[in-house]
Amino acid sequence: MTTTTPTRAGTDAPPTVAGRVRRRLNTRWATAASIVIAIVWTIPTFGLLVSSFRPEDQIKTTGWWTFFADPQLTLENYEQVLFGRSSSAGQLASYFLNSIVITLPSVLFPLAFAALAAYALAWINFRGRDWIYIGIFALQIVPLQMALVPLLSFFSQGVGVGGIELLPAWNLDDEQRFIQVWFAHTCFALPLGVFLLHNFVSQLPRDLMEAARVDGATHPRIFRTIVLPLITPALAAYGIFQFLWVWNDLLVALIFAGGGDETAPLTVRLAELAGTRGNEWQRLTSGAFVAIVVPLLVFLSLQRYFVRGLLAGSVKG
Amino acid sequence: MNFDFADEAPKLAMLLYGVVAFVVVVGGLLLLLDVVPTRLARRRQARLAAAVATGTPLEPGRRRSREGLFALFFLLPTVLLLGIGLVIPAIRTLVLSLKNGDSTQWVGLRNYGWMIDRPEIVDILRNTALWVLLVPLLATSVGLIYAVLVDRARLEALAKSLIFLPMAISFVGAGIIWKFVYAFRPAGADQIGLLNQIWVWLGGEPQQWLANPPLNTLLLIVVMIWIQAGFAMVVLSAAIKAIPTDMIEAARIDGVNAWQQFWRITLPGIRPALVVVVVTVSIATLKLFDIVRTMTNGNFDTNVIATELYNQAFRYGETGQGSALAVVLFILVIPIVIYQVRSLRRQREV
Repeated sequence: MTTTTPTRAGTDAPPTVAGRVRRRLNTRWATAASIVIAIVWTIPTFGLLVSSFRPEDQIKTTGWWTFFADPQLTLENYEQVLFGRSSSAGQLASYFLNSIVITLPSVLFPLAFAALAAYALAWINFRGRDWIYIGIFALQIVPLQMALVPLLSFFSQGVGVGGIELLPAWNLDDEQRFIQVWFAHTCFALPLGVFLLHNFVSQLPRDLMEAARVDGATHPRIFRTIVLPLITPALAAYGIFQFLWVWNDLLVALIFAGGGDETAPLTVRLAELAGTRGNEWQRLTSGAFVAIVVPLLVFLSLQRYFVRGLLAGSVKG
Repeated sequence: MNFDFADEAPKLAMLLYGVVAFVVVVGGLLLLLDVVPTRLARRRQARLAAAVATGTPLEPGRRRSREGLFALFFLLPTVLLLGIGLVIPAIRTLVLSLKNGDSTQWVGLRNYGWMIDRPEIVDILRNTALWVLLVPLLATSVGLIYAVLVDRARLEALAKSLIFLPMAISFVGAGIIWKFVYAFRPAGADQIGLLNQIWVWLGGEPQQWLANPPLNTLLLIVVMIWIQAGFAMVVLSAAIKAIPTDMIEAARIDGVNAWQQFWRITLPGIRPALVVVVVTVSIATLKLFDIVRTMTNGNFDTNVIATELYNQAFRYGETGQGSALAVVLFILVIPIVIYQVRSLRRQREV
């Protein structure tokens, strides 16, 4: 009368089913959680974007979420904030141009100088090479705040020790102050730039370099014809990084460009509007979007390079 | 319309000068280094030929110094700019921090004592500490959780882009975005800020969020977390993907569940990346300036070191006190960097 229970078939199935259910539940929870995070992260920007297209009286009296019940669109805010006649309107078109004028040279100069330095530190043998590399590497940890006051006084008064003038004052005014901003941005960008590009340049195959040397190529020729084409991805990554940094910077621009519409970039103007006209949401929303749109486009179209650069050297000090 | 292109011409001219200067400097440098050595080489060849012809030995050791000459010119712009723009100014800041407001008298360490004496500066240091504790912790946590959640999910690329997007937005833009979320209108009126609307829906009275310490500092911290979580997510996600798949499969076969897998395999596997993220975010947070300046301008007890530094040095003309704050900022960065170097070295030894 022994009942041989059919063990195998019975016990094997339930765990798998339960396991499958649990796994599906897990992924369902995971999906839900990730969607919640994604929504929370997106909604503030979305609200700003929607608001920037709503008429002024609506922005100021009703929440942007009511837009979907009563959609009214206008480009008036953008027209006002970019080209408005009154001085309070923003006049962002002019500042937009300033941002471009500031950004282009502030990206080009560090890119070129850092590439040259990175090549020299990686592939030219000379005494003290390691020390210079360590020095530049260590400079990454010096906050740019450490340099602001003396650098500004250098631009306006020159550098002197004990009454002897070592470097003359630059005495720049109006548009010429762009030079100060370029200079400051270039200096502050170099430690990270050299570090990032050196990581990349030093990994190029040694055989290639030695073959070129044996063929009698000089360092400038190797740099131009072999190294530059090979490190284009790294240059792109660092270029995007520096572009975002300069375009989005407030502190350096505030100090070296001043607040006037001759030189100040968008960020300075927007920060000013947010301070003095904090309730003029029709201007702030559209203005913020004007400032955001360029880096956003650059970022979305070149995200691949940017991420690669970030991963290559996310050790910014 | 008052946008007149004629008014903007000087700016475009400046941009043109800038680009021309770039071409001249960089192109000139390369050209110089290209032409001169070729000419030198030709001369050396001639000398070599002459030496061979006459039978006199050449002096050795020339090649090495020529290498040094190249290095000098390649490094010249960088070293010069770093010297003028960073090294000398940093040393001068150190000196200025020992002088009075207009840098005419030595005051010793009085500018540092001033920080401890003044309650508002102590508040600033406390706020900064709060920022540096919370932002790296929470931004890294959110970034890590999200990276794990969307790993190998459908639409992973899109999901990551959404979180990563704030990285492209300036701190000023982010400040305005969130100021709008926190916007306040008196009770009874329709709310335009999302946070107050939700608060009212939950039955609360509308609040002036940004004017109420200590909550306002926390709300500003949220903005920084919002920006930095994307960075953390991207770096950690790449690290997670770099964990060998056979390791994960082996764990699966051993019957490890998702939770254990996270704590025993994923987390140890991405430790170096975690350190990098935490350190990078900490340093960025320490130097934070734009968000506070845009959203509250340091009012209502929200000041941090970098905003106060700006006020002291550039608004009140207190160069000494501003410089001292800069030095403190620098000193606070050092232990973070030491931590990074040590933990990465330990990682390498294991």
